Amino acid sequence: MNKMKSVFVYCEIENENVAEISQELLSAGKRLAQKLGAPLEAMVFGNNLNGIESQISPYGVDKLFIADDSKLDPYRTLPHAALAYKILKEQDPQIVLFGATSVGRDLAPRLASKLNCGLTADTTILDIGDHFVKKEKKEYTDLLYAIRPAFGGSIMANIINWDMHPQMATVREGVMKKEIIDENYKTEIIEINANEVLSDEDFVVEVIERHIEESGVNLKESPIIVAGGYGVGSKENFDLLRNLANILGGEVGGSRAAVDAGFIDHNRQIGQTGTTVRPKLYIAAGISGAIQHTAGMQDASMIISINNDPDAPINAIADYVITGDLGVVLPKMIKYYKENAK
Amino acid sequence: MRPLKIIVLAKQVPDTRHVGPDAMKPDGTVNRGKLSTVFNPDDLHALELALNIKDRIPGTKVTILTMGPQKAADIIREGYYRGVDDGIMISDRRFGGADTLATSYTIVQGIKKIADYDLIVGGRQAIDGDTAQVGPQCADKLNIPQVTYVEEILDFNDTQIIARRRLSKGVETVSSPFPCLMTVHGSSPECRSRIAKNVMRYKYARTKTEMRKGDPVLEKLHKKRPHLVIPEWSVEDIDADINKIGLAGSPTKVKSVSSIVLTANESKVLTDSDSDIEGMIKELIKHHTIG
Repeated sequence: MNKMKSVFVYCEIENENVAEISQELLSAGKRLAQKLGAPLEAMVFGNNLNGIESQISPYGVDKLFIADDSKLDPYRTLPHAALAYKILKEQDPQIVLFGATSVGRDLAPRLASKLNCGLTADTTILDIGDHFVKKEKKEYTDLLYAIRPAFGGSIMANIINWDMHPQMATVREGVMKKEIIDENYKTEIIEINANEVLSDEDFVVEVIERHIEESGVNLKESPIIVAGGYGVGSKENFDLLRNLANILGGEVGGSRAAVDAGFIDHNRQIGQTGTTVRPKLYIAAGISGAIQHTAGMQDASMIISINNDPDAPINAIADYVITGDLGVVLPKMIKYYKENAK
Repeated sequence: MRPLKIIVLAKQVPDTRHVGPDAMKPDGTVNRGKLSTVFNPDDLHALELALNIKDRIPGTKVTILTMGPQKAADIIREGYYRGVDDGIMISDRRFGGADTLATSYTIVQGIKKIADYDLIVGGRQAIDGDTAQVGPQCADKLNIPQVTYVEEILDFNDTQIIARRRLSKGVETVSSPFPCLMTVHGSSPECRSRIAKNVMRYKYARTKTEMRKGDPVLEKLHKKRPHLVIPEWSVEDIDADINKIGLAGSPTKVKSVSSIVLTANESKVLTDSDSDIEGMIKELIKHHTIG
């Protein structure tokens, strides 16, 4: 049998660990690989990477390429591009995924140019499917569907590439579900000696200074927010919201009443005196909807209100009004999301 | 400090901030005729960065380069109004439908014709695609270093330039030798306004295609003032391989598009029953709100 070409993931290192986005990509890559019956492969470049495979293998990675050298950290375009190019040229994968991060959006286009292949930016949905090319009268099977918001977010476009492979995509942070396959998954490790691949030419750009902010709460950037009000009832009950936010790839927020009651940290407060947010989806659980709160979230594209009170003011601006107990509704949302999401 | 030769890459883009229902053609490509056009916002920041260097290093020459349909000559005129020394337009129907790979090939063919440069700057990304790919792809094809997301030029000398980059989670200061390519972040200074004197000097600047309508007054003016003729480069002028440009040179194709359902005014009222909640989750997934 002809061995299927692999699905490949470029892993980023953040604070000496595999970045969150890369873990998401490994899971997304694994799902594609399983649909294709193909192996999942990954590469990671950095410094002091001893034992890094233990953070990557569990996602079901069959082969991992590691280049461990002090010159590879912090990230610089040219050395990372040269290493990735050599590996991808030799391994000849069918799909390569990068994070749509400062690093991924810098590296992937340069690589796409080197490999003379297509690259779709900022995808939010990945799938496998077929395409019939009329001009050639030919059906191409098992292509990557790289689906992304386009045109200022007013449409979703499905981008394909049938003839200039590999098919590459950058993927937005926080949209792909993380899924551990097996803690003891057997991964073949291949160590790359950076010095054998790279030359002085690859190091002409020097990093003089670097200030990376601790990744803290980022309500503003989060596409999905699950927010709770006084109606949540207790600090412990906020775990219900956290569970839903985690699985949807969102953040947890709270109304002023919930913050004042000590249910949630003040840096997660949404509203006039907190953060103003414009997420794609805002889930308000046990929030009555005082103006002080709605002023900070009414521009959300989609609002779901969960409240015992059918006449809660927030219901007036909600797209979905669920009248009921959040202790019942939130677990059901998780359950049906798990059952229906790709 | 020796004077620099800077090329600014700028694009005219449909104003995606004001999109109507007929903005896309059935084949998924942009229906440009239905949209107003603007100077891509990040590219204006790149223009300012170049003009700022010109202020700091006397004798520096700034050339603005754009690729697009005839209407994109507006970009060249806008560049003149704000203070560039030269403008070049790459325009040919055969370049149409290009994705980022084909676009970067085309632009690089143009840059190679210009040949002499120290620094190339462009916006981080264009609002019609938000890909941020053409800059790095040009740098690769020219085999020069790239410095993306530049916020400020901190220093330079005869051989290298030092810039601060704005990353999603912080900032980074880097040095790069010349020649190099920089993409400029929207957090950098806004572009200066038009200069009245320049508007007077260049308002009749036209490409030769624009002159085809045959305006005798303009023709006479162009003979007298050659600086008003905007150079216009075709496939042949930049010696482009026909298989690497336009749709043929573009690996990525739009298979289909679907519109995103906007916020409804009316609420759907649900109970906490399993069927109601599962129905809602399915709708949210279908409309790509979650998933």
